[in-house]
Amino acid sequence: MSTQHVEVRRGHYHDSVTLLSVSRTVAAVDGIEAAQVAMATPLNLDVLEGMGFHLPALAPDDLVIALRFEDDLDDGDVETARSAALAAMEAALTRRDEPGETQQDPARTTGLALQRKPAPLVLISTPGASAGAEAWDALQAGSSVMLFSDNVSLDTEIALKQEAARRCLLVMGPDCGTAVVGGVGLGFANVVRPGPVSLVAASGTGAQQLLALLDAAGVGVRHCLGLGGRDLSADVGGLAAEQALRTLARDEGTELVVLVSKPADPAVVNRLDELAASLGLGVEWAVLGRSDEGFPDLTRAAERVCERLGVQVPVWPTWSPTANAAAHPTRDHEIPVPAPSSGDHEIPVPAPSGDDHEIPVQGGAGEPLLRGLFAGGTLCDEAMALAATQLGPVASNIPLDASWPKLDASGPSALKGALATAGHAFVDLGDDTMTVGRAHPMIDPSLRLEAIEEAARDARVRVILLDVVLGHGAHEDPAGVHAPVIRAAIDRATADGRALDVVVSLTGTAGDPQGRDASAEALAKAGAAVYLSNAEATRAAVALIRGESR
Amino acid sequence: MTQQTADQAAQADPAQGEQNAQALLAGPQSIVTVGVDLFADALVAQSVDVQRVDWRPPLGGTEAEVQKVLFDARRAEANATAISRVLATGAVLVDVRPASEALEMSPGMFFHAGPPITWERASGPLRGALMGAMLFEGLADSPEEAEKLLAAGQLRDGTPITLDSCHHHRAVGPMAGVISPGMWVFEIADPATGRSTFCSLNEGLGKVLRYGAYGPEVVDRLKWMSAVLGPLLQQAVQRRAGSSAGPIDIRSITAQMLQMGDEGHNRNRAGTMMLIRELIPELLELGAPANDVADVVRFCNGNDHFYLNLVMPACKLALDAGRDVPGSSLVVAMARNGTDFGIQVSGTGDQWFTGPAQIPDGLFLGDYGREDANPDIGDSAITETAGIGGFSMAAAPAIVAFVGGTAQLALSTTHRMYDITLAEHPIMQIPILGFRGAPTGIDVVSVVRTGILPQINTGMAGKVAGTGQVGAGLVNPPAECFVDAIKALAATIA
Repeated sequence: MSTQHVEVRRGHYHDSVTLLSVSRTVAAVDGIEAAQVAMATPLNLDVLEGMGFHLPALAPDDLVIALRFEDDLDDGDVETARSAALAAMEAALTRRDEPGETQQDPARTTGLALQRKPAPLVLISTPGASAGAEAWDALQAGSSVMLFSDNVSLDTEIALKQEAARRCLLVMGPDCGTAVVGGVGLGFANVVRPGPVSLVAASGTGAQQLLALLDAAGVGVRHCLGLGGRDLSADVGGLAAEQALRTLARDEGTELVVLVSKPADPAVVNRLDELAASLGLGVEWAVLGRSDEGFPDLTRAAERVCERLGVQVPVWPTWSPTANAAAHPTRDHEIPVPAPSSGDHEIPVPAPSGDDHEIPVQGGAGEPLLRGLFAGGTLCDEAMALAATQLGPVASNIPLDASWPKLDASGPSALKGALATAGHAFVDLGDDTMTVGRAHPMIDPSLRLEAIEEAARDARVRVILLDVVLGHGAHEDPAGVHAPVIRAAIDRATADGRALDVVVSLTGTAGDPQGRDASAEALAKAGAAVYLSNAEATRAAVALIRGESR
Repeated sequence: MTQQTADQAAQADPAQGEQNAQALLAGPQSIVTVGVDLFADALVAQSVDVQRVDWRPPLGGTEAEVQKVLFDARRAEANATAISRVLATGAVLVDVRPASEALEMSPGMFFHAGPPITWERASGPLRGALMGAMLFEGLADSPEEAEKLLAAGQLRDGTPITLDSCHHHRAVGPMAGVISPGMWVFEIADPATGRSTFCSLNEGLGKVLRYGAYGPEVVDRLKWMSAVLGPLLQQAVQRRAGSSAGPIDIRSITAQMLQMGDEGHNRNRAGTMMLIRELIPELLELGAPANDVADVVRFCNGNDHFYLNLVMPACKLALDAGRDVPGSSLVVAMARNGTDFGIQVSGTGDQWFTGPAQIPDGLFLGDYGREDANPDIGDSAITETAGIGGFSMAAAPAIVAFVGGTAQLALSTTHRMYDITLAEHPIMQIPILGFRGAPTGIDVVSVVRTGILPQINTGMAGKVAGTGQVGAGLVNPPAECFVDAIKALAATIA
């Protein structure tokens, strides 16, 4: 039988839970085989007897300290263990928690966050499948929503917008990339000076292009309320646009509204036009469509805004490709067509090398091709609409017309395959199907950089047209990451003995964190022709192709 | 959401919308962001006060179900209705009766804790308790015989043995929760509706039937409880109920105990004392033998958990009021049978959603360790379902020593439970939180969205039948109960 220590302290009450914890501490002392520090309640007496302790008569108010020492200890070791155990017990019984801060865990849902502290707006960028729940929380709490998330179902969008209309709240989105409210830029937003114009935009990059153009023209912008790209479709019926118009009608500083949208349902446009009139709101429409059907491009819309406000329509800035010297904005009234690359027509086509047999021979039957590689869906739409007037139907993953060739863009590799055999093609790399599981190309340009490299390897491609978008939320230096890839693409084509031009539509303002002019100069220095106007950039690219075909 | 905000949620407020638009267009001073940090950072760079949501995907890939249930037009009103019924329920002690009479039980019938289970799947402590109940009822002469008959499913005379959940019979039982016809039960009633619920009498700690012990001392104690304790309590309770003071108000005592360091699940000391204080005068005036009265008082007084068996049926009474509201995602029961953890939800009727019961984290008696513990068992999680117990741990900071935590853990646990509950109880209040109401009414949707599982304080039974209690600690339900529940709720929506 091993040595025991049983001690009774009369009337020393401690909570049973505390004592269980103390017992555990004491049992961990070296030389102690088992320990129980407990009030002498009938239950504890049973437990103590079950552990083999011999106990005197006790009352429930008595504190029992029962220790059993390990078998092979000599007397000195037992004494050492006894005093260590009792010291550990005293320490544990007199332990005091530091009264630290009660740190409240961060809220895990939008509803909980708003319960703790209300806010007029919730910015949602969760995966699309969860965005509806977070947006619903916001509306229930009386907050408006900017819904950046894409891959949100049409049913969800309609349900959210109906609920928002019932509560006179805004749902900007889904897939809404850009908004500016009261001077605060949300998502992808350019830094603009305040002024009398407010945008209502069913298109993120369309709104950004207008912000950039108006800023260049010296026209200030008050708000930019996003709608989400489908808002003016027949299905959604302009639910968010209606709320936005009603909201702006109560805003004293808004003198003119520009309504920007990708191709829209005509009946919805008519209804909204009537609503604006009944609200006494001046509206300039910038709804994209086939320009041969009379829809203005975004640049033309910006010019009409200038005209309405009595502001001189400026010459939209461009930057010519410069191999060495620093670029500077040109101020010609003519649309400058980039000079053909040096060596074009004059250097004989080198014979294909032996290991090069898969690349089609330059100068074959194929027409020189235009590749539009866009991060902005609306910029892509606008460019396609303009290009099609000159080049005829073009292939796209987001064709403007159902009769146009549809590129399979179910994912990056499908797209690569589709482009290998396509004619003139315009790709929206920011489309929902391309952003599943990855960031938008305006944040992560890697997908587009690969597409530029791929186009440079395709001997049929004569001109690459791409957009670079600046502002809050966008990549911190898009010009810096695109410039070397553009340079390499041009160099590669030159080495292969063919001409390749790169035309960039640069959407940005002087106030943007990345800096408009510095970005433009970096791109021009890499060999790109840079335009602030997306429409002008497109016309220049088409002119290069047409010149080539002639 | 409180009842008031739930009511507001049910109807739109266009004036609020206009206020929102004004705040928005004036330049939002504060914005909540959920999702990509990049956008929050961009707002911080513009000097906006940003509150970032610590978002995560819902449990079990239930995005579609979460949205369907949230968007359900019935939801706000259904939850407001269900929780307001729960909060409005009173609880008074009206009677103590034999189970045979109160629950219409006949020999061979046994009720148990948790969702329904067969003998084959029953854990050690539930089997031990059933064997002890067979011995107590005189249906077997030895534990071996009891085990054999239970396994065969019939009594010696061929009468079938039936096992069913206490919850299916307006009853609850702690730990194994076994009720047999010869046991006596408390009857708690809601004065407004007359509805009532039942619970067995608490036997004390250590080697007791509810922890799966079935030795002679266990059976002898149960016999004394039926012969002396039950009848004397019955007379005292009836006498008090018939007096001008009226029946003992269990809801009121429970509210007081929360202000005296009890949480109503694993600490019931103040509640027990307040109950005895009410009963002693009635017992003394019964004219019963003084030694019987003394034994009864000594028994109740010597068992700090005596009052648990009154808290539990009071909680069930309240939660039963919240049952069967179509569209409501309120949890109306959480219960364990030692094998399965099950929950029931207002909008899905009597369906149980189950997952494997977990082994609690905590402290062990004597030489027992984690390997000796049975998985979570008992109907006592009805207390947490009603907002006390682990949910009100802040009221009983001493409890946290179970996991070697600090008093701050008790506070933060209760704070966290507000994130998954629908209301703050107007009567059950927590002094240290400025008398904030207990977090009451678990919302399945909130659990699934936040991933915060309900916190339960519990006792631990030995896994071998006959062992008794081995410790106490903290435990959570398995997540799949809530995942299955939200799927079933979503399926009720057209």
